[in-house]
Order: sequence, then structure tokens, then C-alpha cells
Amino acid sequence: MLKVTNLSVEVAGKQILKNVNLEIPRGEVHVLFGPNGSGKSSLISTILGLARFKVTRGKITFKGKDITHTPINERAKLGIGIAFQNPPAIRGVKLRDVLQAYSTGNGLVGLTRRLNVPMEFLGRDLNLGFSGGEMKRSEVLQVIAQNPDFLMLDEPDSGVDVENLEIIGKAANDFLRHKSGLLITHMGHILRYVEADRAHVMLNGRIACSGSPKETLELILKRGYKECEKCLGRRKKQP
Amino acid sequence: MPRKKEKAALGKPAQFGPDLDLSAYTREAKAVAPCPIGKLPKDMLKRAAQVGIGPEKDRAGTYFQVNHSTVFQNVRDALRGKVEIMSTKDAMEKYGWLRDYWWKTVAATADKYTALAEEKWDRGYFMRILPNQQVVLPLQACLFISQENLDQNVHNVIIAEPGSQAQIITGCTVHPNVGRGLHVGISEFYIKKNAKLTFTMIHNWAEGVDVRPRTGAFVEDGATFISNYVCMAPVKSLQMYPAAYCNGSDSRARFNALLYGSKDSLLDVGSRVVLSGKNSRGEVLSRVIATDNSKVYARGRLVGEHKESRAHLECRGLLLSDTALIHSIPELIGKVEGTELSHEAAVGKISEEEVEYLMARGFSEDEATALIVRGFMDIEIFGLPDALKEEIKHIVETTTKKAL
Repeated sequence: MLKVTNLSVEVAGKQILKNVNLEIPRGEVHVLFGPNGSGKSSLISTILGLARFKVTRGKITFKGKDITHTPINERAKLGIGIAFQNPPAIRGVKLRDVLQAYSTGNGLVGLTRRLNVPMEFLGRDLNLGFSGGEMKRSEVLQVIAQNPDFLMLDEPDSGVDVENLEIIGKAANDFLRHKSGLLITHMGHILRYVEADRAHVMLNGRIACSGSPKETLELILKRGYKECEKCLGRRKKQP
Repeated sequence: MPRKKEKAALGKPAQFGPDLDLSAYTREAKAVAPCPIGKLPKDMLKRAAQVGIGPEKDRAGTYFQVNHSTVFQNVRDALRGKVEIMSTKDAMEKYGWLRDYWWKTVAATADKYTALAEEKWDRGYFMRILPNQQVVLPLQACLFISQENLDQNVHNVIIAEPGSQAQIITGCTVHPNVGRGLHVGISEFYIKKNAKLTFTMIHNWAEGVDVRPRTGAFVEDGATFISNYVCMAPVKSLQMYPAAYCNGSDSRARFNALLYGSKDSLLDVGSRVVLSGKNSRGEVLSRVIATDNSKVYARGRLVGEHKESRAHLECRGLLLSDTALIHSIPELIGKVEGTELSHEAAVGKISEEEVEYLMARGFSEDEATALIVRGFMDIEIFGLPDALKEEIKHIVETTTKKAL
């Protein structure tokens, strides 16, 4: 489904991703762990195609097509969707405007109910004065309504209370049953609800290691990312 | 004597905006015969519709002036005795007391344009909502110029008697064949005790037309004055700085403006609220877009004269071209301890982050930009009643779409 090959990326002249390789087969959901500033969000921003993230080397293919330099909306049309961590507030543009334009329409009413999004909420300005929970629910609502084949969730568990996390986690998990995806999480709370197939740890702009989500999370929670750094250091020393 | 002073004022440039040579415009207007609105030429009706002028059946009452002639003035039968609409010339003949409402909220000697309107007065409308009458359907007035390079000087008086409520739409525009002209519009509002008036003015001029509205409103105890202004089409120069005087206790004034500067337009538009009543409140909101070579000056002045008064001013500007200019000039003048005045102003270009966010949902870059611009011009800030909201929204969206 998605293949990232030898990807190096810079922002404003500063290298932030170094030779990243990642492959997510059709039907699999992967999770990306990593400390703040490790490059997790940069990786999904690059997969999404945000202009600030300049690919200096390598390529991204999606469904077998090279999308390294494809505009964001074309990627969206190919089936890449994202729930942003910190979406911008856009005055006067209503949540409804976005849902009406690009959602497939199927089951939208059920989805809003499921995500506890009241109909009047659809008339509010996008992300303007939304609470943490409202923001996350709105993001998940928008992206599921888009019906992407590949769903990226950027820190869906940050700045959100337990009730809201459960609502969005369950909705995302149901959706991902028949799709592929990539989740970013710092503390792994979302994994209580979303089943992932494989985990990767990002450190200093590289994918340091990969393994089972459960074991990787346990290790991180037990020993922290310092242990990952040590492990990476050991590997570097090996011939 | 005032006459002498007004004569002298004819040479007095306005404080803001480019100075105009008043002799450059034609004073002679061909008379236009009265007729039902539906009988007016189709191209005129089309232009009128673009500034919110609807069929008589959808309005509580209508005033329609073409050049210097009143072509239609009527109140629907059910509202007779509740609302009055007529030209100010007729009203002046009918009501001697109208003198008490003439040049009271705006000084005839303020500048050459007020002096011109005093010396060469070409009608305008008188609207009066009688005490305790709550008129649901909007009242409307259209001020139309159909003759090339004409000078049209109207003087309007609007009186909301105690306890009354109404909404007025005023549309000012020109015939599609008119390229140049001058419109001077004096509007005096009297919002009496516990009355509420929502006034929505839509302008759609031409690239060679100069416009100088002069507006003042007295807001009495418990009264509310809401003024909405929309100007989306190019104009040569437009300068206005309406003022609301919240003299009454618990009086409220709110000015909202949507301005779209395009081509070589010069817009110098502001709103002033003077708070002298106890517990008076004011709010000034503007959304400004400047594109092409347009220059937009967005002013606002809040004056706190009562220790228990409060007002807020908000101006947001969006620049769509490197050759356009937005100059936001918010002023807060506190004259007594205890008054609370605040402002926020922001001018910038369209945020790349917002465009990319919408692109991630599938919109193309152009679609995303258009959506953001339309959203920026969201008329929700006006707080209009539903029926009127849809109409105005349609006008704003159509003109924005066309401009984009």
C-alpha cells in the first residue's frame, strides 16, 4: 500500500529525516513511536505532501504510484487521509462545508452520532474554539467521512480525555478493520482501542527499530526511549 | 447664519479620502416617471437585486429612487399606520417636525459633501417605524444612478420610535452603462427608547464612481442599533466614517462591515461609537479583503465617555495581492476612568497551513483558497435573521465567486 524508500527530508534547510525506509502492506496498521522531535510528525507530513517538507532523497510510493512530488489533494484523492494533531482554525469555513464537499456521504449521520458530534456542531467554524475532545472528534469524523484507503492518525491521544479517546479510538478501529493505516503515538494510549500489526520507533529522524506493537510499547514504557537510543548505538557499533 | 457657513463648507475637504472636484459631475438629471418596481427595465432590476432589493411582496415597504426622482414609495397595506416610507422631500412637506431631525446627527458643515447635500438636495428616503410596532419583513430602499457622471445627493432620515423593531435593507448601485458619478448619502438615524433597528447597506458601484456617505445615529435608553455594510464590487473611491452616539443608558451599537477591495478601488471605511450612556456598549467588526491594486483603510474609533461603558473593535484583513494595501487604524479613546475599550486587528495573507489542511481533505489549491476567502467574508458575524441571512449570504457569495 505505502512504501517509503531511503527518504531524506529537510525543513528550511535543516535535515529532519534521514534515510527512512518503511513499508505498510495493504490491510496492515502500523504504529510509530518516538520521543518529541524525533521526526514522527515530519514523516507523516511528508507522506501527506506538506510543502515545508522538502524531499532531498528517496521516494514515496502509494498503491504502486510514485507520489513523492504529487500535490496534497491528489494524494487525498488516491486514498491518503489524515487526522491532524493540531489543525488550524479557519474562520467562516464550517465543518459542514468540508464534509459536504468530499465525504462519500454514506453513513454520515450514523458517524456523527457515533462520534458524539451534534448536528449544530457541523455549523461551527472549523477548529475555532474547539476543545481538545471536539478537535479530535472533528478530525476523525472528517477523515473517516473521506473514506481513505490509508488512514494516518497524528497523536490522536494527545490533549484528549479518556471518554473522548474511547469514542475516537473505537471509531478509528472499526474503520481500520478493512483499511491500512499509520498511527503516531507518544504514550500509546490509543492502542487500547486500535489494533496495530507492527510498530516502529523513530529516533533522530530515523526508524531505529521495528517489532510487535505490544512488546515495543511495553519496552518503551518500562525503559523509556533512552534504551532505544542505547540499542541504536550498539547497532551502529556493529560492523 | 448656517447658509453662509454651509457655503463656506463647500470648499472644505473631508478629513479622510481623496479630495474631489465637485464641479466635475453633472447636476442635471432627466426626470424618471413613477412606476411599480416590476415595470422598471430588466437591467436595472438585475442590478437592484444584486444589492438586496427584492420584489415588493417580500418587503414590508419599498422606496426606490433613480437619479433625482422618486419612482416608487409604498408600504404594504397591512402595515399602514405602523410604518411610513416616503421621500424626505414629501416628509418635509408633511411633517414640520422633521426639521428637528435634520442635520442633527451629522453636521451640514462637516465637509464639502455634507455642504453639497444641503445645498443641492436630491431627495432620499424617510422611514419611520411607529411606537411599539415590530415589523418582521424587511423595509427596503434603493438609491440608483442611471445617468453617466451624475451627482446624486440624498438625505435620509430613519426614525425607530420607542419600543419598535425593524430591519432595513438599503441597496445603492448604478446602471451597468454608468462608468462615472458621485453619490453623497446623508443618513440620520434615531433609535428611540427600547427600539431596535438592524440596518444593512449593500453597495455595488462602478470603477469610476466616487461615494461619500455621511451617517450619524442617536441611540437612546435601552435601544439597539446594528449597522451592516457590504461593499464587494470595485469603486473609484469610497470614504465613510459613520458614527453611533450611545447616549442612552443600556444603549447598544454595533457596526459590521465586509469590504472587498479590487482593481484600483480606494476604500476608506470606518465606524465610530461614542459611549456616553450608562452601561452603553459598542462593537465594531470588519472583514477586509484587498486584491489587485486596491487600497483599503479600515478605521475604527471607540470613545468611552461614561465610566460604565464598554466596547470592542475587531478588524481582520486578508491581502490577496502584493500590490494591494490594507491599513488598519483602530483608535481607542478613554475619557473617564472605568470605561473598557479593547481592540484586535490582524492583517495578513492566506495561511498556507489552512490551504494545505483543506487540500488534505481533497480540495484543490484554488478551491481551498476560494473556500477560505468565502469563509473570511462569512456574514454570520452580522447576526441577521434567517430570512435575510440567506439573501445577503447569496449576494456576498456570488460577488466573491465572481471576484475570485
